[in-house]
Amino acid sequence: MAKFVIPFALFLLLGVFLFVGLQRDPSYVPSPLIGKPAPQFSLPSLQDAAYPVSSQELLGQPWVLNVWGTWCGGCRQEHDTLLAIARQKTVPIVGLNWKDDNALAQQWLRDLGNPYAVVAEDREGRTAIDWGVYGAPETFLIGPDGVVLFKHIAPMTMEVWNKEFLPRIEASRAAAGSQS
Amino acid sequence: MLRASLVATLLMLGATAHAIDAQDAFDDPVLQERYENINRELRCLVCQNQTIADSNATLAQDLRREVRDMIAAGQTDAQIREFMIERYGDFVLYRPRMTAGNLLLWAAPALLLLIGAIVLVRVVRRRAQETDLDADGPEAGQS
Repeated sequence: MAKFVIPFALFLLLGVFLFVGLQRDPSYVPSPLIGKPAPQFSLPSLQDAAYPVSSQELLGQPWVLNVWGTWCGGCRQEHDTLLAIARQKTVPIVGLNWKDDNALAQQWLRDLGNPYAVVAEDREGRTAIDWGVYGAPETFLIGPDGVVLFKHIAPMTMEVWNKEFLPRIEASRAAAGSQS
Repeated sequence: MLRASLVATLLMLGATAHAIDAQDAFDDPVLQERYENINRELRCLVCQNQTIADSNATLAQDLRREVRDMIAAGQTDAQIREFMIERYGDFVLYRPRMTAGNLLLWAAPALLLLIGAIVLVRVVRRRAQETDLDADGPEAGQS
């Protein structure tokens, strides 16, 4: 009896592993930044290079960093969702304009609407590397204490926002409130 | 004919051996070699089955620039690797490290060998016992 049971159990186990493997997206790379302090940056603002955008100024509140570029198809796709999220006024959305052309990027915001509280221009792509960005659009959630809480890779959807971002934003506000 | 194909093969080998940058990153051949070796160990995350030495994706270009600047700034290979892991995780390494998370994977060959050895020993012992019983009859079990 054991002669058949053990190989069959092993076969089932292997099947489970392979089946789970099928469901996983190999292009998704988990971020080592989650739970760690967000990389700091101070970059020129897209609209006015004389006005720097600094991650330090955002401390004390939860905020969202959205990495985008006009060359990025997924960014066009998620743009209306970002506008809808911005209208909720839950948290500021900070844009990181990644390796883009300044004029094109400004045109994009004029044509499609601007969901961002402020946009930092990362023309060299160094800040993006600090954040472990490898494919726009990517959206990070940062807590009031400056710790990265979540990262979404792929165009933002209302479903992801409601399911992954909103609960974490509320939890981070509650945690920050209980400390003060 | 043979010579022509040999020449063609060598030409193709030459093409793969050449670095992807238009010109060398360093004049110093030692630094250049370090630069190329590190690039060959780092994964391009956009095109996951290529190293940043092989890929012309903008991210790979940016990461090569980062490696070049860090070598120029006198950083060690280990520091550069650490820099990449902090940002992109272990996945960025083509030669994976041993960590708590993948210990089982590293230990699997030894574990499987051990399990196989245990099974083998048990089977051999049982067979030996069975043949002993067959040969000597009931007395064998008393010794």
